[in-house]
Amino acid sequence: MEISTTSYNRCDLVKVVGRIDSNTAPDLDKAFNELIDGGKSGIVFDMAEVDFISSRGLWVLLETQKACKKKKGKLALINVAEDMMESLDLAGVKHFIEIYTDVTAAVGSF
Amino acid sequence: MPTRTFPGQYQYLAEIGDFVTQIAKEAGFDSDQVYAVQLAVDEACANIIEHGYGGEGRGDILCSCDSTDEGITIVIKDWGQRFAPDEVPEPDYDVPLEKLQSRGAGLFLMSKLMDDVDFEFGDSDGNTLIMTKRK
Repeated sequence: MEISTTSYNRCDLVKVVGRIDSNTAPDLDKAFNELIDGGKSGIVFDMAEVDFISSRGLWVLLETQKACKKKKGKLALINVAEDMMESLDLAGVKHFIEIYTDVTAAVGSF
Repeated sequence: MPTRTFPGQYQYLAEIGDFVTQIAKEAGFDSDQVYAVQLAVDEACANIIEHGYGGEGRGDILCSCDSTDEGITIVIKDWGQRFAPDEVPEPDYDVPLEKLQSRGAGLFLMSKLMDDVDFEFGDSDGNTLIMTKRK
């Protein structure tokens, strides 16, 4: 799993390439926490190249949303693959995190 | 029936995922169904490592897959601690975000993504999980 971050004026874009499971989710958690500890609270997570995310990874997204909201910000998702939508729904992610279809709309929502 | 044994470590979850994905694809499932099978198996194996064995490197996971024209049956065996599936609460999303208990969705996901999820806990012969998904 590879993680990259791009800074925009009002938010940061985090992109992951690969698989997010119990083995790799702690690295994603660390990347989000470094942003939040550094004073950032607006994060867009680009899932275009995430080929798998388990409940452990979805838990990282929900905990990151909690941390962002505490600082009056938010986490938003983009480019979620159709085959993982059902699991995002079942794990509560769709209930608590906004999902956008493209980066412009997501970045513009901040 | 293709069977493989994997060490109970998180780094092997990807290999387990590849193993069941290949068989689900060959069985003729569509991409949503293949993903569902892969996720259910990943959740089961992650739970075995975390809760059954109480950590990584404490036991093996045996995984068998049998595909027919009707669907796929996956048998996962471990020798960790047994548990009571009926006592695991379903996640509750009808709460404010700050009160959300994010963890513990694995078993719920398995039950929703697969058609049948059955646990058998033996005294000396380990624990067996049998999951079936029909086309």
